Amino acid sequence: MTFQKYLVLAGITVFATAGDALLARGMKELGGVSLHHLSGLLLAILNPSVAGGILLLIAFFACYVSALSWADLTYVLPATSSGYVFVALTAHFAFHEVISPTRWLGIALITAGVGFVAAGPSLTPVPRIDSRDPLSHEVKS
Amino acid sequence: MIELYAWAAIGLIILASTAGDVLLAYSMKRVGDVGELWKQRGALAVLGRVLATPTFALGLAAMAIAFYSLLFGLSWGNLSLVVPASTSLTFVANAVAARIFLHERVSRRRWIAALLVGAGVILMAL
Repeated sequence: MTFQKYLVLAGITVFATAGDALLARGMKELGGVSLHHLSGLLLAILNPSVAGGILLLIAFFACYVSALSWADLTYVLPATSSGYVFVALTAHFAFHEVISPTRWLGIALITAGVGFVAAGPSLTPVPRIDSRDPLSHEVKS
Repeated sequence: MIELYAWAAIGLIILASTAGDVLLAYSMKRVGDVGELWKQRGALAVLGRVLATPTFALGLAAMAIAFYSLLFGLSWGNLSLVVPASTSLTFVANAVAARIFLHERVSRRRWIAALLVGAGVILMAL
């Protein structure tokens, strides 16, 4: 794992968290979208928060599939779940929301899980049989 | 009855998002390390090769099904049931599916991580 790859993993967490937050803020500004006025969903893109949220989620998706190109799915998913923890800690320290003991326990479990998987190998070392492409033979850690 | 619909939606979310994740992971492993590919042949080559992988489109479609199932699930069930139940179980389902379909070596370390994160997500939603 190079520093660049850790940056991509951090990007998954940060972009997904920020994107969801912006999207949620934008949709609250717009108010409820009813099933009878689906055109409201198309116009939602014109809201700056919604547009920003979508851009961030596209960045998240690019980082996510990029990580999947060099790491196992069972590594990427737990390793990037620290987003839940970031949201809770931001809510606590920046917005002074109260976090219950059960939620602190949840934060501890997720952090432990992330640490557990991140300390292990990122890719199953199987030689890939794909003669078309010399790049896919590379197994880097 | 409403409860049953919510759980049906949760099941569909787990199934579709696991299928999507596995298909995307499979596609990207076929594409190869995009960082290396980008350095050697440029961004367009990366984009071209990703889009030329048929399973990538299937993965995207599965992700879209998961997203719409979430919307339906949220219209029938509570946010505090649907989101944590589907997210936490998806972590475990992904570990099982990655082992079966992607032949990833899911070590004890990774099982524990998947279970810890899944349990943590449930606790945070309580």
